[in-house]
Amino acid sequence: MDIKEFLDQDQKKDLLRLLSAGSVDDGKSTLIGRLLFDSKKLYEDQLVALKRDSKREGHAGGDIDYALLLDGLKAEREQGITIDVAYRYFSTAKRKFIIADTPGHEQYTRNMVTGASTANLAIILIDARKGVITQTRRHTFLVSLLGIKHVVLAVNKMDLMDYSQEVYDNICRDYREFVTPLAIPDVRFFPISALKGDNVVDLSDNMPWYHGKSVLEFLESVHITSDRNFTDLRYPVQYVVRPGLDYRGFAGEVASGIIRKGDEIMVLPSRKTSKVKEIITYDGNPDYAFPPQSVTITLEDEIDVSRGDMLVHPNNLPKMERHFEAMLVWMDEEPMKQGTQFFIKHTSQSTKARIDLVRHLVDINTLEKKDPSNFGLNEIGRVVITTVKPLYFDAYKKNRQTGSFIFIDPVTHNTVAVGMIIDKLSSDELPSRIVDVDKEKIANGVGLISKSEFENSYQQKGSTIWITGLHGSGKNELAYTLQRSLFDMGAKVMLLDGKSVRFGLSRELDFSPTDRAEHMRRVAHLCKLMNDQGVLVICSFLSPDESIRDQVKEIIGIENFSLIYMDADIDFCRKNDQYSIYAKADEGKLKYLPGVDMDYHVPKQASLVLDSIEKEINLEKALFYIAENKIYPM
Amino acid sequence: MKSPSYSINNLRELEAESIHIIREVAAEFENPVMLYSIGKDSSVMVRLAEKAFYPGKVPFPLMHIDSKWKFGEMIDFREEYTKDNGWNLIVHYNKEGFESGIGPYTHGSKVHTDVMKTQALLAGLEKYKFDAAFGGARRDEEKSRAKERIYSFRDKFHQWDPKNQRPELWNIFNAKVHKGESIRVFPISNWTELDIWQYIRLEKIPIVPLYYAKMRPIVEVDGSLILVDDDRMPKELRDKAKMKMVRFRTLGCYPLTGAIESEADTIEKIVEEMMTVTVSERTTRVIDFDQEASMEQKKREGYF
Repeated sequence: MDIKEFLDQDQKKDLLRLLSAGSVDDGKSTLIGRLLFDSKKLYEDQLVALKRDSKREGHAGGDIDYALLLDGLKAEREQGITIDVAYRYFSTAKRKFIIADTPGHEQYTRNMVTGASTANLAIILIDARKGVITQTRRHTFLVSLLGIKHVVLAVNKMDLMDYSQEVYDNICRDYREFVTPLAIPDVRFFPISALKGDNVVDLSDNMPWYHGKSVLEFLESVHITSDRNFTDLRYPVQYVVRPGLDYRGFAGEVASGIIRKGDEIMVLPSRKTSKVKEIITYDGNPDYAFPPQSVTITLEDEIDVSRGDMLVHPNNLPKMERHFEAMLVWMDEEPMKQGTQFFIKHTSQSTKARIDLVRHLVDINTLEKKDPSNFGLNEIGRVVITTVKPLYFDAYKKNRQTGSFIFIDPVTHNTVAVGMIIDKLSSDELPSRIVDVDKEKIANGVGLISKSEFENSYQQKGSTIWITGLHGSGKNELAYTLQRSLFDMGAKVMLLDGKSVRFGLSRELDFSPTDRAEHMRRVAHLCKLMNDQGVLVICSFLSPDESIRDQVKEIIGIENFSLIYMDADIDFCRKNDQYSIYAKADEGKLKYLPGVDMDYHVPKQASLVLDSIEKEINLEKALFYIAENKIYPM
Repeated sequence: MKSPSYSINNLRELEAESIHIIREVAAEFENPVMLYSIGKDSSVMVRLAEKAFYPGKVPFPLMHIDSKWKFGEMIDFREEYTKDNGWNLIVHYNKEGFESGIGPYTHGSKVHTDVMKTQALLAGLEKYKFDAAFGGARRDEEKSRAKERIYSFRDKFHQWDPKNQRPELWNIFNAKVHKGESIRVFPISNWTELDIWQYIRLEKIPIVPLYYAKMRPIVEVDGSLILVDDDRMPKELRDKAKMKMVRFRTLGCYPLTGAIESEADTIEKIVEEMMTVTVSERTTRVIDFDQEASMEQKKREGYF
């Protein structure tokens, strides 16, 4: 064969993407190193560099340490562990391969999920000395979760077990028992020694009882084309190409199904229909396109199509919902916070989403359900999600492309979680946007948003600042300027004073002690409602009676209540009396005015006492108090 | 019934993946740019961009960071290719560095690379406020690149923090950045050197003739075969030049890029040589030897 023939043949090969899972101890790096080495893809100078590195940092004595081939980054080499997904490439006469190499340690679910997301096949390594262990189960579960259809179970280190068939058979039996319920369509078993090369590339003489293929032979021959979904046409529009005024081409990758010239298609979400006029590529216009081809489509009719829309066959529609259930893997160091509005990216569409309910988390070691309260890094949970715009999706099991999505944090912009949509219940049957727990809350009049959610969102304490003092002591002046200042800083702050509340809410009440008490009770409950929803309330009320102020404090809650006393002598107040209230009271035209015909109880335990004469600095003092007590900002 | 018509070969699969990535970037970023090194990988990337938006025009410019020490043939090729294919080309160089005469012979490879390549690149990105920059790096090129993301996140200082990279799953890419932050995008991450050559052959993509073997004036400097490209090479070196049949496996600044002795004057011969030869690609670039893990170091600093 000359080089031209070689190249022509090489072009025809297909590509297999595989994931390798296992820890360094299982000999995973050795296996990959050998696949790469034995497929003659290692250039000599890499080997030279390797020998040099082995001397300095190697963990394998005098031999070549295959793991060093694989660990790319300096920091990791120093730690001696791989902490991220590394991609390797090799090629044989029959096929090309991309290996996503992921570390197997417990804390690295994140990496394995990443590597698995693009893989056709997974190699799971078992140490023949240890058999099926927790880690094996974990890896297998993740492989099935990410929808990988082919598993190579490589029982490694057979050389250390005298190449015993019995050992191998027992391990296979244990594994089969465990893997069957996970419904992975194709699971194959291989007894190997990565170190010695048994059954990796060539069949081994050491295990004459084994009659199957070597690992590499299997990798070269496993059929993967039919793993793609050729049934359900899903064409998410990625980009609109407009070379001229009259021309609009819709560029995208065929996510699944076949799209043919002349096909009747429907555009989602508009549901307008048209026919495929042309399938356009740089290399000519084919009659049909299939996954994963990237093409450009033109339509017979001029209809509005933009990025995020999806072309489908009208008789085969995806689900179009704002509400669905998914398995979510948490990828971020910061745990999930309920109530956050995330960005969600799904096919070529982006919108916002929130998690309504975490049904349960999965203990990936036992596969049992566990308490959903702490949804942090590497945890997997079953969740109910609501999005702002509808998504056009299929269950992940049926369609990897339209069943997967990522969550992006609105503040850090990190990819914080990834999800796979479950085809279980229709949207109506799902715990609706109002979930079961919520129904109970609604029945009891408890809001669906907790006080702490409000507070986190507003970055303030839902708290009441109650200002008391004689008429004319400058309460309102302080209250109004305080609200202005806090509002300008970004606080959600409400103001209540005698005038505004008596205008409507307490309209029928007068100034008698009984009515004053009722008036205060109403105000206190109003404050509590506001505080519970994260709102800061400033109250400016004369409130002369100590026992009533105590009742107010009790209703609002002692931890949310700050009392500011405006300390002013009666002469100051009389001078400051713009409406001549004191004069009217003196003349007997007005009853129940503290300081004239009623007592004012000076508060025994005010949070802050301000001297009315020092007007200018009282606002500063109040703001300082609010900041110091982390009322605003929190 | 057999359905061979729905199977896709490896090159077409890689092509489709790259086009998908390039379109995502064009759709989601405000101001992307494609970094153009004039090398073979860049040439493939540029063709993929042309394909992605066909029959429309590519909606972003090309930017070449000119260190002013590139092979003359590279500059000729750049001018011709971009003109013929209607590209909007930005050529950016470090004016101060150039005027103060920075060069590998006077300042050494480290200073030259830092000032004329890394700093020039960062200044170029800064100047035009690009929020995404395509690069033609491949994961199989070098160990430290095996873990690189396709969307590689860079902070305000264009620095790369290996511990602070976003998870990347399926073909869903996170394009959210704050003002000043950016993404380096590597659409041909999954291509190998052989894939690149195969694709160039299949698509008849023009490449700089330096890749093909020819008799050229060569000086041996510390074991590297350096081409006498212009008379900025010190005279005492130039005087030692001998004609040799050589070609280049990678292209860069001519004093820092070694040739290999070769007879390969066609793509087929290059591939044949590559499959049997025992020196991996990047080792002909002098900068890699500066220090252990030097590529990784340079990447952290913002040079790819």
